[in-house]
Amino acid sequence: MPAIINQKIKIAVASGKGGTGKTLISTNLFHTLTQLDETVVLVDCDAEEPDDLLFFKEALAATFDRNYGGKEQYEVEQSVPVIDQSKCIFCGKCREYCSYNAIFLLEGIKTIRVIEDLCHGCGACSYACQSDAITTKERSLGVISRFITGDNSSIIEARGRVGVYSPVPVIKAAVKAAGEDGIVILDSPPGTSCPFIQTVATADFVILVTEPTPFGLSDLKQSVETLKTMNKSYGVIINRSGMGDDKVYSYLIQEQIPLLMEIPFDREIASLYSKGELLVKHKPQWRALFMEMYKTIYSKHKYGNSSNQR
Amino acid sequence: MKVAITSTGNSPDSKLDSRFGRCSHFVIYDTETKSLEFVPNSNRDNIEGAGPASVQTVASKGVEKVVSGEFGAKVKSIFDSLQIQLIVLKDTDRTISQIISMLNH
Repeated sequence: MPAIINQKIKIAVASGKGGTGKTLISTNLFHTLTQLDETVVLVDCDAEEPDDLLFFKEALAATFDRNYGGKEQYEVEQSVPVIDQSKCIFCGKCREYCSYNAIFLLEGIKTIRVIEDLCHGCGACSYACQSDAITTKERSLGVISRFITGDNSSIIEARGRVGVYSPVPVIKAAVKAAGEDGIVILDSPPGTSCPFIQTVATADFVILVTEPTPFGLSDLKQSVETLKTMNKSYGVIINRSGMGDDKVYSYLIQEQIPLLMEIPFDREIASLYSKGELLVKHKPQWRALFMEMYKTIYSKHKYGNSSNQR
Repeated sequence: MKVAITSTGNSPDSKLDSRFGRCSHFVIYDTETKSLEFVPNSNRDNIEGAGPASVQTVASKGVEKVVSGEFGAKVKSIFDSLQIQLIVLKDTDRTISQIISMLNH
């Protein structure tokens, strides 16, 4: 069926607002693309609450390659400093070098401690210390896990450890583990802050999912502004169309942003989703629509052809 | 005993600042000498870690109590280990001088 083989593209599915349908799009797009004769990887980058696997009950745990320890799970760690209070002279050099306020020091009462949540693992404090008082330990930030759903299709899930301040390193590891070949779908976390940036950073194309409501529009604008500064190609899917108002549509026209797909506000779609079922499995017409959208995105990426959009 | 109060400005008529780490000023009040010191919060615009940095600011002044509208998750354990008492005041309409008279009661 595919005219082109060895397709290579990374597509991120993102939104500013939470709950607009990123997972709905990611999982259905992924499943649609598994019918191509290509390697397809879905990366669940929503490390604070990964849920893509709920839609693939048949997924089997699989091992990573040797770069990732060769096991089914890979622990994402970060080095944090450990300060030996018997060697520390409370000079304050490490605190001075730390850009993240991760060293707490009260010279007066000889108190020093590391605020691990603020540490970025840069190692500047170890470099600064003249008293040999700083060693490091590894701290677990989360795990990435690999699953296979078919001959050429796999899912990598990023899951942050509860209580860890930032999911970014875990997301980064998951995206990297997906490799550079084949089709990679990145299901982004909501928002437009660091976790979103990390997810879309390596993407060739970003699908922004929104809904036609004031909240949807407000957060869409923020996402678009962010992607503009990153020089990314992107398009928009309007989910739950038919509700709300038409301001999102006017915005897309005004900004000349391609509308990739519209999904109606439909009880049956919501019901399937809530049961962990894939829309494209139950309603084949959607499989065709997802495939068509993918082809548009791929040809735009490959040939810079945007004539068939909007 | 010294008490730190988060303030929106640098006068006794300023209102309580509801945030700890990113407040405008810290008022250091000495309950014995009744002296007041206004310390501008140099951590308020920090990208990260304004809370712990502000603990450092007030703790280095030797305070035993801190009055603010709220305290973030990262600072509570540090204050605990330093045995500094936290007082949460939800009524942010109060001025610094009103809070001081409450402390003197």
